[in-house]
Amino acid sequence: MAQADTTRSARRNGHEPSVPADDPEAANSANAGGSPSLAGRAWRELAGVIQRRIPRADLDERDPDYIREQLPLFWLLSSVWFRGEVRGLGNIPDEGPVLLVGNHSGGNMIPDTMVFTVAFSTYFGVERAFYQLAHNLVLSLPGLSWLRKFGTVAASPDNARKALSSGAALLVYPGGDYEVHRPSWESSRVDFGGRKGFIRMALEQEVPIVPVVAIGGQETALFLTRGERLARLLALDRVLRLKVLPISLSLPWIVNVGDFGHIPLPAKITIETLPPIDLRAEFGPDPDLDEVYDHVLRLMQDALDALAAERRFPVIG
Amino acid sequence: MRISSDVAVAAPMETVWSIVTDPGRVLSYMSGVTRWEVASDLETGLGARYRMLFRVGAAEVGGLIEVVEFAEPYEFAWTSITGLDQRGRWRLRELPGGRTRVELRLAYGIAGAGLSGWLAERLAAPNVSRHVRQTLQQLGRIVEHEQLRSRAAQRRAGARGA
Repeated sequence: MAQADTTRSARRNGHEPSVPADDPEAANSANAGGSPSLAGRAWRELAGVIQRRIPRADLDERDPDYIREQLPLFWLLSSVWFRGEVRGLGNIPDEGPVLLVGNHSGGNMIPDTMVFTVAFSTYFGVERAFYQLAHNLVLSLPGLSWLRKFGTVAASPDNARKALSSGAALLVYPGGDYEVHRPSWESSRVDFGGRKGFIRMALEQEVPIVPVVAIGGQETALFLTRGERLARLLALDRVLRLKVLPISLSLPWIVNVGDFGHIPLPAKITIETLPPIDLRAEFGPDPDLDEVYDHVLRLMQDALDALAAERRFPVIG
Repeated sequence: MRISSDVAVAAPMETVWSIVTDPGRVLSYMSGVTRWEVASDLETGLGARYRMLFRVGAAEVGGLIEVVEFAEPYEFAWTSITGLDQRGRWRLRELPGGRTRVELRLAYGIAGAGLSGWLAERLAAPNVSRHVRQTLQQLGRIVEHEQLRSRAAQRRAGARGA
């Protein structure tokens, strides 16, 4: 029953279920060892609970009035706590769909997304539709349902397609959970882990890519390791679509395993928006994915290196 | 939150008026303003609309505004259509000796934002207040400099005529 609910819930959210009902191999893997053990059943139950918590990915849930009324609170957090600085918003086309591609930092508390969303919403106005793709787990965390009103939807190609075809601006983090939990000493490294789906999406929807480069998020805690081996050992990749089980030192837990929330340190967050890239204009009618990937990453890494060079102290900025 | 400041400028009201109502010159004296674009067929005058942005803290705030009062050369006022709730006013009054008292008033806030709105308005106030004072100083310098150049040009023309 839990399996059927999981499948339904996942399809409703616009992505394939993490453990397909008709895939016995995957289901067995989810049992962390192949046997229908108590632990395996518990994992599947947990996956079902989490999948059921993931809200329906309805673009209409974005609520401009709610965003407008919450902006002062997030402006306070952004300005006072993170001393946010967002540059180059004028590079984003004033209207029409656009794929904003960011490097992701700061663990599951996504401080860079918050700083950028405040800046985007005040710059273009809450009337301009703006969505953000987020990991299912973030959307299912208790107390974060308000994210849907801000335009956050579960990360999936279908949801990206829906948002862009509606003419909205869409913020994606191709590095996702892999990049956001990288060790703090890799703060100034763009690492998408080879994920190129964003390029296919931009080509399919014929929208420009605008790189968004951020620094500071990885200083909001001391991120030690992604815990990839631990995640594989616990079969989290099959059950929860999690390739990592991060371990960090953060408040108030001190040692934080899994990062189901923490109090971010007040690190200065600086974000730079780069000029738009029209893929077909720059790479011809049938662009090579590897070439585009390398180009986007190089541009972003150059910008991130420049932002890193400006920083004199960790956290303080 | 309402913020206002004023300055005495050594130039007639008409000169000041021509500058504060010219959208193309706003960025040259309005401190903190990062964008002031004409967003209507009418460039200036009653009903003219502008898209403006003002940097405060971590964001550029503002939106679409519309001129709601245009009493030449005394009062120039606008109010917001979208974005941050705001009202602004240039108020010019004649002083003895061909001088002008120039007052800039700004009122801003977010209706319905509750306690966080109240706090944000007050935390932003010192920053906004500093920009208002700086705007008046920069406007005063521009107006007085143009006044000086205009008189010098007249003198030169007079000398050539003689």
